[in-house]
Amino acid sequence: MSKTAFRLNVNGQDYEVLVEPRKLLSDVIRDDIGLTGTHVGCEHGVCGACTVLIEGKPQRSCLVFAIQARGQSIRTIEDVADENGDYSTLQQMLHEEHGLQCGFCTPGIVLTMEAFLKSNPDPSEEEIREALSGNLCRCTGYQNIVKAVQKTILRGHEEDKEIASL
Amino acid sequence: MYPSKFDYYRAGSVSEALSLMQQHEDAKLLAGGHSLVPVMNLRLATPPVLIDIGRIGDLKGISSVGGSVKIGPLTTHAMIEASADVPALMSQAASGIADPQVRNRGTIGGNIAHADPASDWPTVLTALGATINIAGSNGERSVGATDFFQGLFETSLEENEIITSISVPSHGEGTGSSYAKLFHPASGYAIVGAAAVITMSGGQCTGASVAVGGLTECATKAPSVEAALTGKALNEATIAAAADAVAGDLTGDILSDFQTSAAYRKAMVKVYVKRAVSAAAGI
Repeated sequence: MSKTAFRLNVNGQDYEVLVEPRKLLSDVIRDDIGLTGTHVGCEHGVCGACTVLIEGKPQRSCLVFAIQARGQSIRTIEDVADENGDYSTLQQMLHEEHGLQCGFCTPGIVLTMEAFLKSNPDPSEEEIREALSGNLCRCTGYQNIVKAVQKTILRGHEEDKEIASL
Repeated sequence: MYPSKFDYYRAGSVSEALSLMQQHEDAKLLAGGHSLVPVMNLRLATPPVLIDIGRIGDLKGISSVGGSVKIGPLTTHAMIEASADVPALMSQAASGIADPQVRNRGTIGGNIAHADPASDWPTVLTALGATINIAGSNGERSVGATDFFQGLFETSLEENEIITSISVPSHGEGTGSSYAKLFHPASGYAIVGAAAVITMSGGQCTGASVAVGGLTECATKAPSVEAALTGKALNEATIAAAADAVAGDLTGDILSDFQTSAAYRKAMVKVYVKRAVSAAAGI
């Protein structure tokens, strides 16, 4: 089938793309929109490196044809730090706790965990590990990723206390 | 990765999907795409036409109707996991499917239409006595789960039919349920799965529905286990004896691969039936 034009909303901005229906969302985000922070690992739904948020929910962009997401809101790693480039708390904690080595899996992990902490702000370690189960990391052994998530939660509690004491 | 080329159509309603299916005989339906897209990426499947039904709003959601719950086929595993309206057995099983990303996109209808022997819904829906409601160019019909699942990746769906909902009876008082799964540590797929719905009254089992999957070509009821439980006072010994009876319910080939032999699966199914029944009975 020839190329089809449709609109994707990525990180709050509308993009008109013209692609074949067989083109995967991961490839359209990288090649057509030019946002290369979304990483493509296994390309068949195992590693989770390509995780993006579709309508707020972590999903694998290598298992979605871009045309399926027409008109939907997509959030990628480029939208996690603020406009000045300052890290989110989770990103900062991954940095401090050495929650990455090669960094290939990190964009997927950040998006998965940002969404997870929104839906479950005070998870147990077991819940954190279950939430991470769709993202493979071959460097860290996950220990420091879990520590970074736990430290993000603690930081959130400290900020809550500061706000309460104001 | 580039799947082979296909023509893409989007259906806005069930009737539109049915008419597109009539026009394109080789078409495949695309819902969440979590069974179809992986095999297309690997070019194990090369459908020439895809009909995207993923945005048909009528096919998504959970509603209570009288004594049963109606689940749209586009309802995701994550929606079922989070639902307080579905039987507890369904939310428990949903929480064990693959990982959060898969649960956020994969749908129950796509899963059962694909009928992978290692998936969880066929076993769970068989134990629950679910009904699959289907629309086709020849009208509508309903099929019980036991007749719907017919073999390895095989269902009773005809070429020109589409699942419109799944009806599941609600449990009454005194009924417990559980799904126990020996899962592949990487994928979460069932090597052996056992689902049990047990009704107890005064310490006695007054009703039992047990199904197993993962090790057989399709999910199957375990009538020998059910008969061995019904009317008995349940304890560790009676449950273990009933679970052993599952051997007599395994008709057809037992699946085997380079990781798990048929003999291992046959040994494990007794263990997992016992665990499912014990948890369902609260013992």
